[in-house]
Formats: sequence, structure tokens, C-alpha cells
Amino acid sequence: MPKNPSNLSRRDLFKSGVRGVWLLGFGSAAGFLSGRENTGETRWQIDPDKCIQCGRCATECVLEVSAVKCVHSHGMCGYCKLCTAYFEPEPINLDEGAENQLCPTGAIERKFVEDPYYEYNIIPDLCVGCGKCVKGCNMFGNGSMYLQVNHDRCINCNICAISTACPAQAFVQVPAGKPYLLRGKKEVAK
Amino acid sequence: MTRIFLLGIMALILMAGLDVASAVERFPPPDFSGGHEVPVTVVPKPEPRSAGWVDVAVLALGLGAASWLSIRKRSRKGIVILSILSLAYFGFWRRGCVCAIGSIQNVALGIADPGYAVPLVVIAFFTLPLVVALIWGRSFCSGVCPHGAIQDLVLVKPVKVPTWLDEILRVFPWIHLAAAILLAATGSLFIICKFDPFVGIFRMAGPRTMLAAGAGLLVVSMFVGRPYCRYMCPYGALLGMASRFSKWRPTVTPDTCTQCRLCENSCPFGALNPPMPAKQGIERIASGRQRIVMMVVMLPLAALLFGWVGGKAGIASLPVHPDGRLATLVLAQERGELTGPAPDELAAFRKHGSEQHAVFAKAQVLESRFLTIGRLIGAAFGLAMALKLARILFPESSNDYETDHGRCVSCARCFSACPYELVRRGIPVALPKEGGGNG
Repeated sequence: MPKNPSNLSRRDLFKSGVRGVWLLGFGSAAGFLSGRENTGETRWQIDPDKCIQCGRCATECVLEVSAVKCVHSHGMCGYCKLCTAYFEPEPINLDEGAENQLCPTGAIERKFVEDPYYEYNIIPDLCVGCGKCVKGCNMFGNGSMYLQVNHDRCINCNICAISTACPAQAFVQVPAGKPYLLRGKKEVAK
Repeated sequence: MTRIFLLGIMALILMAGLDVASAVERFPPPDFSGGHEVPVTVVPKPEPRSAGWVDVAVLALGLGAASWLSIRKRSRKGIVILSILSLAYFGFWRRGCVCAIGSIQNVALGIADPGYAVPLVVIAFFTLPLVVALIWGRSFCSGVCPHGAIQDLVLVKPVKVPTWLDEILRVFPWIHLAAAILLAATGSLFIICKFDPFVGIFRMAGPRTMLAAGAGLLVVSMFVGRPYCRYMCPYGALLGMASRFSKWRPTVTPDTCTQCRLCENSCPFGALNPPMPAKQGIERIASGRQRIVMMVVMLPLAALLFGWVGGKAGIASLPVHPDGRLATLVLAQERGELTGPAPDELAAFRKHGSEQHAVFAKAQVLESRFLTIGRLIGAAFGLAMALKLARILFPESSNDYETDHGRCVSCARCFSACPYELVRRGIPVALPKEGGGNG
């Protein structure tokens, strides 16, 4: 089969032209996008003021155990003896018995401080991020317990799977340097 | 006793005007007489991870290696080793995020929404493989993309997909791409990530449906070469388009093609084209004329038709956006069409939401955005389909067995089927004569 040089060169010319247009397109698109004021790296976080404790954080995360966990700002806590985050609605006794606790995994530690005050601590390893305690605390207490994405576990997906399932649009992207939205003034991320 | 206490608390709250909004100090923090120290909240530090530019460097290095291995070195073994490394790094180490496939969505959102700044790493992940495709073909697919690598590595017994079925199935990546751009550009949802079959395997965790889909697709990949790449991958559609205009690309033969047909069945991805002699004389002119007429008629027609369809599809996907969904739900409740318990969206709206009319106003603006973007993407989809049809009806002429410019993923499998390649490697074989297959 004899080659047709004029045909080939025309095709090549056309292709080079299209290639040039493509490259120009990519270049300008990349330049256009990267020229924008960039906030740098971001992380996913929950705005505690928007959260309605629907419980999806525990089930929608791509990780086997959600990266969302409860955080407690002790500075805001009332140290209540009857903590509505700790006790289920109608506890048999106001003590640490498992049957009295609201938390399904027993992830809240209750410590006597002085009468009538008790301190409550979250055990992060046990917390699954279901938000039951958060609901209790926000409904009847000070709201010192709230859910946060824990960044030692979060893998920072391109789009957070929980954020797409969140009915309250409470998931926001925050600068990576300050990845928590903590309540209370004195709290510092360590 | 406790019940009375609880009732008391509830009464207290009712008196406070049902203010169940954020953080209310109902019980002031106590002043401890014993001098108890109030603990400071400790939150875990972000896990140290490789900086974004390391990923970009690995990507660039991988792309260079894949191009060199497939075009200059012509080494299947090299591509396999590179695939394993990429799968380990981008797949299991980086857990599949961020990837070039998903970056389409960030770029689409960035172009549509001036308020969204696309991270530079993501821009690099989007552009680098495409630029490389314009120069050396789909090197990214061959041994850098973890999705491609995982499918390619499990392929044991390739089955040929019938051409007609292959052509039909190859439309799906374009639908996927169009839907992904529409939903990302409107800020609704990143469907590429949401319905990614392999990322669950990379993370070794995820929703059961995702893991099942991934496992199922891997089983299919053992017999059908790269099903995700060919029939689903939206980035593959873009790369294919770019690769059609690539400057260099892998060729079956390192030397000359004698149409010996030994390579004919060597490609498991349907990306090897038999010779298609150019039409001669009057036939050639007629065919060229038909092609021009078809282009002139088909392109605008397809753009208009699919633009209209895209607009419709855009409006229909309004409830995928959270604001659109909320407006739909509020409207449904207003009309009493809502059965069953009120969805959480409404609960959240009632608790913190703005005025009802504001929700509807927002949804209205959103609807016009969906319509415009839907039409634009529909039109582009129509053009792509028309060009695809033109390519099927008027295939590009070639004298030799050639890798398909758009579909070849540079996997380097076909090389060893060519006797000239064996000679190049110093393996003594009898070279077939011109046209030696004997039909």
C-alpha cells in the first residue's frame, strides 16, 4: 500500500493544532484556578452549632469506626449530678451502673469531685460518635459536649462521606492549621 | 425522684422560651471549694502525612517512568512493577485520595464557583496526566493510576467483548463524566467519589455496598480487561480524548508491520485496530464529502438535542443538592404530601434554619444554575457523541496494525506478539513475509 504523504501531513498538522489548543486550554484553566486566593490545605470539621445529633456520623464515615467523636469542653460543663448526657432518660439509680448509662459503649467516665459535682470525661478509644450524649447535653444541659472530627483518624477524603449525608449541612472545611471548631473560650488544641 | 427532677429541668427549658439552640449555659460552671482544676479539652493532632507536593512528585515521576517504559523501553515487566508500586503508594498508602479521577469534580466546582479555591495539588493531579496524554498517550492509565493497576494486575483470562457491546458500553464513561461535572459544578455531590468501587478496598473499610461492588468488579476484571477504565472511568474518557492527539504513542511493532496478524488478539482491551486502507480516488472524495455533510448536520443537531436533555436532567437533579432537597421537603410538608416521620433535614431546618421564603429563593437561584450548567454539559456531551459516531462510521485510515489512539492504555502487552519485537530483543525468530497471515 503506497503511503500518501500529503494526507498524512494534513492529518498531522490538524492533530498538532488540536494538541496546541488542548495544551493552551489546560494551561489557562490551571492558571485561572491556581491564581485564586488559596486558603491552603483544609480539613473537614463539624460546626457544633449546626449539628442536630442525628446519629449519621457514626454510620456514614468511610472508616470502620467513625473519625467523629465526642469532645467535652469542661470549662462550660455544669458538673451536674444528674447529667443528661451521661444518664439515660429514666435511670434506675444515679450511679455508674451500665443500665443507667446513655452511652452505648460506656465511653463516658464519671468522677466525683465534691458534692454535688461530678466530672465527666470522654474516653476517645471507646467513643463511636453516635452523638447520643451530645443530644442529651444540648437538650437539657450547657452543650459542653459536642461532636468533632478527630484528625488523628480522619483521612480527609476529597468529599467527606458524612458531609454528604448530614441533614443539617453542619460539615465545613476549615484551614488545616486550625482543624477544630471548639466551644468555649479557654480551649486550646493541643 | 429523678423523674421529678427531669420534669423540673424541662419546665425550666420551656420557661426559657424553648431555646434549645447552641450552647446555652443552663447550669453555670461551679466554683469548686476544694480547688478542683477544670481540665482543658484535648483534641488529637492531625496525623502527620506526606505533604501534597510529595504526591505530585511521585505522580510526575510515575508518569515519566510509564511513558519511558511503554514507548522507549517497551517493557511489560517494567509496567507491571510500576503498577504494583503505584497501587501500593497511591492506593494502599495514600488510601486512594486525592486521585486524578476525582479531581475532575474539584476543577469543575472551581470553574463554576469563584468562591471555591481548588488546592494546587488537586490542579496538578488533574492536569499532569492529561498533558502527558497529549505527548505520550495514556501513560497514567498504564501504570500510575491505582484503579487501573488493581484491575490490570488481576486480569488472568481475558475474554473479548463483542465490538457492538463494547461500543455501547463505552458511552457510559461520558454519561458518568457529564453527571459528575453537573453535580460537582452545582456544589451538590461528588458522585465519582461516592460511587468509586475501589477506594473501599484501598482503605480496607467502607460501606458494605462499596466493598461488595469493588470485590465484584475485581472478579469481573479477571476476565474482562479493565472494566472500570473502559466502561465507567470519567477521567479515562478525557484521557482518551487527549490521547487521540498525542505526539507519540506505543506502537505494536518497533520496526515495520507486515500485517502478519500475530498481534491481532494480543490486546485484552479492544484497543488494537486492524489495517484500514485509505479509500482511493472517487470513493475517497465521496466519503470525505459524506463526512463533512454529517459533521455539519450532526454536530449542531446533537448539541441542541442533548443540550435540551441536559437542561431537563439538570432540573431533575435539583434535589441532590442539600438546598434543593430542603426546599423540596419544605414544599412537600407544606402541601401535606409528606408521609411518615419528618426527615432530619426538616428537623434541622426548624431548629436553626432561616425563613421559609429564603429557602425557596435559594432553591430558585439553584434551579436556574442547574438548568444552565445542565444545558452546557448536555451540549458538550452531544458533541462528544456525534464525534464518536463519526469515528465509527468513518474510521481513520491506517496501513498497519495500530494501537487505537484513544483507547490504548499503554499496558505494553501487545509488543511481545510482534515478531519484529522479538528480533529487537535478540530472540531468533523467522520473520513473516509481507502479508504473511494468508487471510
